[in-house]
Amino acid sequence: MVTHENGGGHGHHQAPTGFIAKYVFSIDHKVIGIQYLFLALFSVFVGMGLSLLMRLHLGWPNAHWSFFKGGLMTPEQYLALMTMHGTIMVFMVLTTAPQSGFGNYFLPIQIGAADMAFPVLNMLSFWTTFVSLVVMVAAFFVSGGAPIGGWTSYPPLSALGEITGPGQGAGETLWIIGLAIFCGASLMGALNFITTLIDLRAKGMTLGRLPLTCWTWFVTAILGLLAFGVLLAACILLLLDRIAGTSFFVPGGLVITDQVITWHKGGSPLLWQHLFWFFGHPEVYIAILPGMGVASHLLSTFSRKPVFGYRAMVGAICGIGFLGFCVWGHHMFISGMSPYSAFAFSILTMTIGVPSAIKTFNWLGTLWGGKITFNCAMLYALGFVSLFVSGGLSGLFLAQPSLDLYLHDGYFVVAHFHLIMGVAAIFGMFAGLYFWFPKMFGRYLNEGLGKVHFWLTFIGVYCIFMPMHFLGLAGHPRRYFDTTAVEFLQKLQPVHVFISIAAFITIGSQLLFLFNFFWSLFAGKEAKEENPWHATTLEWSISSPPPFDNFGGVEPVVYHGPYEFSVPGAADDYIPQNLAPELVKKA
Amino acid sequence: MLRRSPEKGSTTVALAFAIFLVVMTVITVYIFWAKIWWFPPAITNFGHEIDAQFMRTLIITGVVFVAAQFGLAFAIYKFRDQGQKAAYFEGNNTMEIIWTLATVVLFVGLGLYARSAWAEVHFMGASEGALPIEITAQQFAWNFRYAGPDGKFGRTKPELVSASTGNPVGLDSTDPSSKDDVVSPVIAVPVGREVELIIRSQDVTHSFYVRELRLKQDAVPGMEIHMHFTAEVPGNYEIACAELCGLGHYRMHSMLQAMSEPDFEKWMKDQEAANQ
Repeated sequence: MVTHENGGGHGHHQAPTGFIAKYVFSIDHKVIGIQYLFLALFSVFVGMGLSLLMRLHLGWPNAHWSFFKGGLMTPEQYLALMTMHGTIMVFMVLTTAPQSGFGNYFLPIQIGAADMAFPVLNMLSFWTTFVSLVVMVAAFFVSGGAPIGGWTSYPPLSALGEITGPGQGAGETLWIIGLAIFCGASLMGALNFITTLIDLRAKGMTLGRLPLTCWTWFVTAILGLLAFGVLLAACILLLLDRIAGTSFFVPGGLVITDQVITWHKGGSPLLWQHLFWFFGHPEVYIAILPGMGVASHLLSTFSRKPVFGYRAMVGAICGIGFLGFCVWGHHMFISGMSPYSAFAFSILTMTIGVPSAIKTFNWLGTLWGGKITFNCAMLYALGFVSLFVSGGLSGLFLAQPSLDLYLHDGYFVVAHFHLIMGVAAIFGMFAGLYFWFPKMFGRYLNEGLGKVHFWLTFIGVYCIFMPMHFLGLAGHPRRYFDTTAVEFLQKLQPVHVFISIAAFITIGSQLLFLFNFFWSLFAGKEAKEENPWHATTLEWSISSPPPFDNFGGVEPVVYHGPYEFSVPGAADDYIPQNLAPELVKKA
Repeated sequence: MLRRSPEKGSTTVALAFAIFLVVMTVITVYIFWAKIWWFPPAITNFGHEIDAQFMRTLIITGVVFVAAQFGLAFAIYKFRDQGQKAAYFEGNNTMEIIWTLATVVLFVGLGLYARSAWAEVHFMGASEGALPIEITAQQFAWNFRYAGPDGKFGRTKPELVSASTGNPVGLDSTDPSSKDDVVSPVIAVPVGREVELIIRSQDVTHSFYVRELRLKQDAVPGMEIHMHFTAEVPGNYEIACAELCGLGHYRMHSMLQAMSEPDFEKWMKDQEAANQ
């Protein structure tokens, strides 16, 4: 084991004194994890607020609201909301909370380390992420407003400045810079996670005894390390095209509103798409893998059974991670890319359904024969499985280039990625939050409020995103300001109204969660026990909240696998990982 | 021993969860089955192939969807905490191998099966004698160019592009073969005759999309992308832009008019006359 100065090794660890060192520029992975979670919490409400406005408009595009003169929004404002909704949700919520938030807090503890390998770098990652959020949100407040090119920001729309549309000037520049900064932050984070997991595992914490949460954080970090570097390069090239007159992504001979663009030639718009999606597809797994880890962990804990097929699960996590890098071309079937490569990408994409199916089978296998407790954490984990199936299966349509000819860039795609990457991932986070809240803050979230919130959210998201499949089947293209200009879309307006109403109820019910979160933080039922869930992993062997150096300077020793529930011959239905074999009570 | 506490194994919660999953699954399957919102009828043979492949995929995913959601519902209800002791098993390699192989065969097989439709539209070019039509997309309009009586597309130059003065694709009038080129804001095609599309864009990326053709193709600046189809059913079909191209994306709209060969000849003549 490697010991670093001020690093994650055990010994020489002292809690900082003073507010700034303790809560602001903290090097404690637990504080940093919470900072990430608060950043994500802020961002998710901003992102949801933007979607609320979009749904208000899409439901009633022609309504005149007395409080908005001249209609609710203009087409460019709609596209700006859409772009920022996608960007904030993907980067500031789905990338930060499951990995940097929960991962930061619990990866070191679950492997028995006192901190991350590089605590200062960890602090730097968070504050760099914070700066990138500020830069991105600033795009709303510059002349022309936020960019309108979508979170994918395809050039030439994104490369030529204001001439292509409002928001494509200063707003787009800030967007690109913000994203590049975010890439830097994520690279630092990924490096830290990988090093920590490899170097700082406690004695006895072999790879085969790692909780599945740690496996997913580990593989996610590897994905981040390989993917964000490519996006960073792409962002820099795009920025150069905009401000330095290069032509990486812009071909010659363009004419925009009768004005000839003479200063660009020789670039390729497809190059950006390749670079973006080389990042963009692994990004989907960056968002969802930690959710899979949490779901596996919780299904096992609350059905009091070992994870079914632990090795197959690890194999599936690694398989998804690897294949995630081989399938980016399925975002580009109709882009003008070679149709032969489309065929190859298609088969590889169908293949990725296999490890996903293995995971689903194993989750059912984990529940099978169990003794299931339905607390909020478990409800979200079960909801995750249902949503993962619903959202994943539509991928089998989109993976086929011939079907994609019809479905591409339509609402079927919107339904697909929202269910799997958005909602399922968020259910993973809710599950994790209800589960770990008592450990993090020494208090429980309120179960009653939590259940109401769960049901409203679970039913709500199905009501929002299931109907979008049908819009897609009817041929509704995505990113449309309204349905008035196309005749066949006008008939679909009632579906939009239904979705909007479902969205208002679902978004409204998130206020319950917000209230529960803050109320429980200060006045929730106290979690006095170290291990209220009778769970097995190391975080449940220390006090709630854990001390500054996690294990009080003593390196724990691990004797057991992560999911030893209901072991025959043992008196209790769980065996903590660090319980010496001679201390296991016999039945 | 039967424990009754709201958090442990509540029968009500288990039942509610299971019922929700069943109801959600049934409603979803019903809406797909009843085709309440569905594709418009295809007007190409290729389109029928796509529809058949869609149905194959729908049936396979539908069976998996129902099995997984019902399985989950069943497990949730059946294995709720009623004070029983949980079974202890850590996995089953035979089952892992069986369902891995089954999904490989099913999913990859489906992908291979889909090849033929894709090959037809993309691997094979248009046949000799297909009618060439050049599509030039711009913010936020479609321009369709026909070669005219000489059968040749004339030269175009970016600096001559002027949508406001009626030369949206920048035809160079000094090139004799440009003179008879016809540029139209709608696309007319003869039924039963193959059409070859040459898809370009002047400014940003757009996407040519006609539902009834079951075709969609990005128009990428700097590229000329070829597509081909044969419309079999006369009628007017809407063209929508499918790739975000700026604030007018939602209203970048045109029509595909599929008509009989004589009607098409007449339409072409009228366009050429108007061009003089």
